[in-house]
Amino acid sequence: MTGAQILIECLEREGVEIMFGYPGGVVLPIFDRLYDSKIRFILTRHEQGAAHAADGYARATGKVGVCLATSGPGATNLTTGIANAYMDSIPMVAITGQVKTFLIGNDAFQEADITGITRSISKHNFLVKEVKDLARVIREAFHIAATGRPGPVVIDIPVDVQQAECDFIWPEEVSIRGYKPTLFGHPGQIKKAAKLIAESKRPILYIGGGVIISEAHREVKELAETIAAPVTMTMMGLGAFPGTHELSLGMLGMHGTAYANHATMESDLIIAIGARFDDRVTGRVSAFAPHAKIVHIDIDPTSISKTVEVDIPIVGDAKNILGQLLEEIKKKPDTKKWLEQVKEWKATHPLRYRHEDDKIKPQFVIEQIYEATKGEAIITTEVGQNQMWSCQWYKYTKPRTFISSGGLGTMGFGLPAAMGVKLGCPEKTVFDIAGDGSIQMNIQELMTVVCNKIPVKVAILNNGYLGMVRQWQELFYKRRYSSTKLCNPDFVKLAESYGAVGMRVTKKDDVRHAIEKAIEIDNTVVIDFVVEEEENVYPMVPAGEAINRMIGGMA
Amino acid sequence: MKHTISVIVENKFGVLARIAGLFSARGYNISSLAVSETHDPAISCMTIVVDADDEKILEQIKKQLNRLVDVLTVADFTKKEHVERELILAKVTCAPKTKAKLESLLDKYEAKIVQRKNNTAILEFMGAQLDIRQLLHELNQFGIKELIRTGKIAMA
Ligand SMILES: Cc1ncc(C[n+]2csc(CCOP(=O)(O)OP(=O)(O)O)c2C)c(N)n1
Ligand SMILES: [Mg+2]
Repeated sequence: MTGAQILIECLEREGVEIMFGYPGGVVLPIFDRLYDSKIRFILTRHEQGAAHAADGYARATGKVGVCLATSGPGATNLTTGIANAYMDSIPMVAITGQVKTFLIGNDAFQEADITGITRSISKHNFLVKEVKDLARVIREAFHIAATGRPGPVVIDIPVDVQQAECDFIWPEEVSIRGYKPTLFGHPGQIKKAAKLIAESKRPILYIGGGVIISEAHREVKELAETIAAPVTMTMMGLGAFPGTHELSLGMLGMHGTAYANHATMESDLIIAIGARFDDRVTGRVSAFAPHAKIVHIDIDPTSISKTVEVDIPIVGDAKNILGQLLEEIKKKPDTKKWLEQVKEWKATHPLRYRHEDDKIKPQFVIEQIYEATKGEAIITTEVGQNQMWSCQWYKYTKPRTFISSGGLGTMGFGLPAAMGVKLGCPEKTVFDIAGDGSIQMNIQELMTVVCNKIPVKVAILNNGYLGMVRQWQELFYKRRYSSTKLCNPDFVKLAESYGAVGMRVTKKDDVRHAIEKAIEIDNTVVIDFVVEEEENVYPMVPAGEAINRMIGGMA
Repeated sequence: MKHTISVIVENKFGVLARIAGLFSARGYNISSLAVSETHDPAISCMTIVVDADDEKILEQIKKQLNRLVDVLTVADFTKKEHVERELILAKVTCAPKTKAKLESLLDKYEAKIVQRKNNTAILEFMGAQLDIRQLLHELNQFGIKELIRTGKIAMA
């Protein structure tokens, strides 16, 4: 078989059904094989779109997302998407073509050292110099991408390797001696954690994306209910615990709920599960949760005690460890008083915004999407205020229903991600809650979704600004709105010219109807919600402050 | 404080760049680095000496080294009993007047001259860090024109 044949054969055997990408000179042999393959190939309009689509597909399904690009500019266009998947631990395999092996290093046409470029933004990468290594490398790449703490793996394949012939041998097993993720927790540590839990008076579960990756949501719920502890989520953890549950405190951190932040700061035991104490969560580290002992469950040892020193680290897979822990918990803490206190915070510091009759508030739009979809949609977001309001005003009850660029904060993620999500979950309504700035970063993917009949709904919260940056300028730079006011295209006409349906909503009373209509239409729909220009996201913890020092009137 | 880290890795291209990247991304300078095949040609050993005052950051780097797919083991020898050696080559002035003095110094250290040319001599010395430092200090009086060190290797 040729290298290209081996590649496609391996991808099929790995169970790949959908790929995203863009052709070019040095991947022609692969595209020629794809022509006859049963793998569905989605031609995006930009390689960044392909990477985010593969990422969205992976987040929604838990499978490995796959994207493909040519060498040089094709490969460099993937890099933002690779970095995005890396920061959020998303299983992805990115395949790039490379110039002929003997031309590498010669500044050949469309040459870029993509393994060098992606070294620090991928979990691992391979340059395949001999066709005999190809099958093994692909097998290892999928294994590395999907196991342990998942992440993107790049496979760079020179065009002559794609053309070279060799016998195809499918490696039945993968064994990489330097790569053995720890799966089960240390029993001694688990015993200690159970003891701390029994002794605690004000425990809180702080859960992140790791819970979703390890599919530990049932165990998390059981733990929370067993020990009667409130649960707060990172942005990546939204959906891992039902936002409608009475023990849910919603998101914590910079734009978290006041009650989640107060509860975290006042707790005497934080049980961190699949979360990594990101600076958006901890605020000023030295002031973070001063009374709390910390149990930290994570599969990646580098996440433990990286920023916040923890008392009981437990390395392993969250689902396994929680199973072990639940068996170990014999005595439950008495949290009655604590839950009363938490309830009081919830009552006195709810999420709020000021309603106005003649203006559309962006928060209102999201609430209406929540109600119209009965909380059953999958939401993707762009980055900025639109993203934070989507965290606050839509209640996610199931894992993999909130899909957003966390660690990297990549504007332009939402639309291509929605495409991947919809392909992975065709029966679901998929909304991209977008900003007027972000949507223009990958707007070209409207053509991909229309052309391939992947109907997604784009709700643009059009505030005429790079709103989140403007908010910082308003609060910390004396309202000097330097380069944040936007000139926008007519989004309705733009949608129509791509063959999607465009709608504009300028009145509060029309919001709900437009959303319902968009859900009914069997096509991609772009709704341009003309919203209040200078609305801010509150509460807000200023950068470098303790997380109970919130601004926004209500804190 | 100087730390000596011994990393056992797959003997493959790209591994060195990955490891060096973890230090350089933080603006950490590697003071010395010695890499070579072990008795198993598929495996290499790297001895890395790095100056790091922040223990926490170093701890993080060690964990991240361990996380690399091509890294098999990571050991910090700094506070562990271990044997360390380094080889140096030094070119010094060797005028007839000072020749005897130089030779007696070299005898004391069991260092030897491996090449003589005109008024210079290249000498080799192998030893632990402290011995090397002392020898270099004493050699200063003769005028060191060139110095090359292999970087330390260590075994526990
Ligand atoms: C690719 C990229 N460039 C720049 C930023 C910095 N940034 C964060 S939010 C934001 C504004 C986003 O504006 P918009 O999409 O209109 O969303 P809004 O905040 O108005 O809801 C910017 C520029 C980013 N996150 N990503
Ligand atoms: Mg905006």
